[in-house]
Amino acid sequence: MELLIKNGFVYDPINGVNGEKMDIAIKDGKIVEKVNERRAKKIDASGMIVMPGGIDIHSHIAGGKVNAGRLLRPEDHFKDVEPKTAVTRSGVGYSIPSTFTTGYRYARMGWTTVMDPAMPPLEAKHTHEELSDTPIIDKASYPLLGDWWFVLEYLRDGKIEECARHVAWMIKATKGYAIKLVNPGGLEAWGFGRNVESIDDQVPYFGITPREIIRGLCKVNKLLHLPHTIHVHTNNLGKPGNYITALETMRCVEDLADDGKPVIHITHCQFSAFKGDDWRTFESGAEEIANYVNVHSHVTLDMGQVIFTDTTTMTADGPFQYTLYTLSGNKWTNHDVETETSAGIVPFHYKRKSYVHATQWSIGLELALLIKDPWKILMTTDHPNGGPFIAYPRIIAWLMSRKAREATLKKINPKARSRSLLPSIDRELDFYEIAIVTRAGQAKALGLKHKGHLGVGADADIAIYNFNPETMDPSKKYRAVRRAFKRATYTIKGGQVVVKDGEVLKHVDGVTMWVNIQLCEPCEIEVNENLRRRFKEYWTVEFENYPVSEDYLAVSHPIPVKADV
Amino acid sequence: MMVNLYPLKEFRLPVVAECINPDIFHGKSLKEIEALEAWEGNKKKRLGDLFKVEVENTGSDQEATVIKINGDVSCVRRIGASMKSGEIIVKGDAGMHLGEEMRGGKITVYGNVPGWAGSMMNGGTIEVHGNAGDYLGAPYRGSAEGMKGGKIIVHGNVGREAGAHMKKGIIKIYGCAGQFVGFRMKGGTIYVQKDCEARAGACMVDGTIIIGGRIESVMPTFTIEGLRKKVKVEEGEVIEAPFYLFIGDLTENGRGRLFVAKEPNPHLSHYEKFL
Repeated sequence: MELLIKNGFVYDPINGVNGEKMDIAIKDGKIVEKVNERRAKKIDASGMIVMPGGIDIHSHIAGGKVNAGRLLRPEDHFKDVEPKTAVTRSGVGYSIPSTFTTGYRYARMGWTTVMDPAMPPLEAKHTHEELSDTPIIDKASYPLLGDWWFVLEYLRDGKIEECARHVAWMIKATKGYAIKLVNPGGLEAWGFGRNVESIDDQVPYFGITPREIIRGLCKVNKLLHLPHTIHVHTNNLGKPGNYITALETMRCVEDLADDGKPVIHITHCQFSAFKGDDWRTFESGAEEIANYVNVHSHVTLDMGQVIFTDTTTMTADGPFQYTLYTLSGNKWTNHDVETETSAGIVPFHYKRKSYVHATQWSIGLELALLIKDPWKILMTTDHPNGGPFIAYPRIIAWLMSRKAREATLKKINPKARSRSLLPSIDRELDFYEIAIVTRAGQAKALGLKHKGHLGVGADADIAIYNFNPETMDPSKKYRAVRRAFKRATYTIKGGQVVVKDGEVLKHVDGVTMWVNIQLCEPCEIEVNENLRRRFKEYWTVEFENYPVSEDYLAVSHPIPVKADV
Repeated sequence: MMVNLYPLKEFRLPVVAECINPDIFHGKSLKEIEALEAWEGNKKKRLGDLFKVEVENTGSDQEATVIKINGDVSCVRRIGASMKSGEIIVKGDAGMHLGEEMRGGKITVYGNVPGWAGSMMNGGTIEVHGNAGDYLGAPYRGSAEGMKGGKIIVHGNVGREAGAHMKKGIIKIYGCAGQFVGFRMKGGTIYVQKDCEARAGACMVDGTIIIGGRIESVMPTFTIEGLRKKVKVEEGEVIEAPFYLFIGDLTENGRGRLFVAKEPNPHLSHYEKFL
């Protein structure tokens, strides 16, 4: 099928296209030089913005933990119900929507690729079952490896190459995409009711520190040539004064960077940018983090923006979630402690009038605005921890309009308002920069070669929004920006029109991407022998039932990578 | 304005009809009321397909709208949900979620109601002359947003978890109550005139529960505070009889007050030695 998008204002930062009026030609799901103008179906995008499909580097949309959240919160489903239509299934859920609703809602906003950032290897099958049931969008998942016994043992013994082989096997077995570290060392400690306080604390019974884990896996990542860097949720997350931990985490891999390429991704950085000694002296550490990131090129961040709403926090960081439970007094559940990680889930209501919550809101935006290079800071809400992903249009409006920020600032806690850096920041992002923080930058950080841009050969994942940048000023008309991004006029996925005027027209299956690592020499036997023995001793599943086979994925899309080991 | 509704048949599938609400009926003609949407099972229906509607117009727009439902509507859910004013009279049994999130006005049922009557209510009055089911005035499962105001009067018995998560308002039960009356209560008053099953006030933090009949047992996490000669239920309703006063639930550091009548509960007399 051929498709021609005519006369739109195209924003394609990877190819340096900044709002030029041009046509985009699509054939067989890819972007091509040109198509037969008479035969192709035409879409008139005059007066509209054309961008690559949105990408989300960090959004908890699938897996055991997300499902436990669904079970924990029937009231979350009760208040948000979507009836079925001729093409879509019905669904429920506001902060933790059901899988089908997740896919439809992302597509309606023009997002076409989403990364699930926390997959306990033991629950990889569950995660992939849910990902397979998430329609339209392409997706991938990061296995949690920062607290994995084998990794800890190999790194303690300094066996980087063996560790790399093991990680390669794990990524293949779980059909994962990148190495995820959550509170490295802390989760293993949580299994014994403890935590680590800094990146130089010893992990109980393993004689290793978080610093060694981060550095070790960073080296492993380089040996394996994975498309994404290591994806790190820092230690001490959500604790006042933790910006120091975040800075130390970034500093500890400084020397591993070469030719200015990023080697570490600090995720939901807002939660790691707290200053102060306790909750009373709590304030923003965004400036310190921004100052560091502005002069270093080995790191990328994502925001983890907070939205004032009732949401569900869920991370693989059990000790942090326990602290949150004791702070909020809400119901909670601990999950996956028996697996390679330990997750926790706490419903949470971010309130405008709360000093801490309002400051958190401010920190996210301060980070995004103070970091000068938009390629280094990506837009997320850490869905659903900071707020559900359906709030992205509101964040875009805050980033693009000082007026929008001031309107919200007026309504927040007065102490938070007087301490916020936002009134002193004049910067307003333009559509080119928005395209970077929501698409191009995300694709680049993830190493997705065929996504996040509209060059010839790219996947034809395109979003068209009804906003005319020539006649309208996004800084003044921020409500129109919000409306435009809430309901994409067209979402095109793999060359097919799936959404028109915010309504899903077609149910298509997105692919599940995973990295197929090819090692220099076969080492499967060695890894397996060691693993098999340990499985017999410790595991609740048979070794043969542990890996996810390729036919388990609805639409498998392996990305081949050649490793150095 | 007075609207009479007569069910056209015996409903066998659940009907969801939140349109039966005086605020929505107000100022509408017969045709308009008949055209309102309701669900029967998974089919969208007009209210006129399910009920015979009669409108008596008094001519004055100022007067509150009264809706009278004549017949068994025990399958009709969400009657009077979110209503702010006016009155609903049900001559028969009503369905689940009666007066959910109600803000004002009055609902009277001359029959029984099942679960979640007055759920998450904010104001107004619900009076049930028969029995009420479980979760009277309590929020939907999983939620902690309990009753925030208003009044519920039940002349018969109620099921379990009446007034769970309640914050404000009053529930008066002139019959017996099931387990977990006032579960996780944060404020307000619950009065049970007759007997009460166990675990009254479990995890309560604040508020008042008054039990006039026999209670199986008081939770061990409650401590006795004293004996009171009389207890005030609300303005103009005082019970002149000796009551034990318990404070709890101590597992939640709660300061909730649990009054239990002395006479029907001789098995609690051993608490007196702690006074």
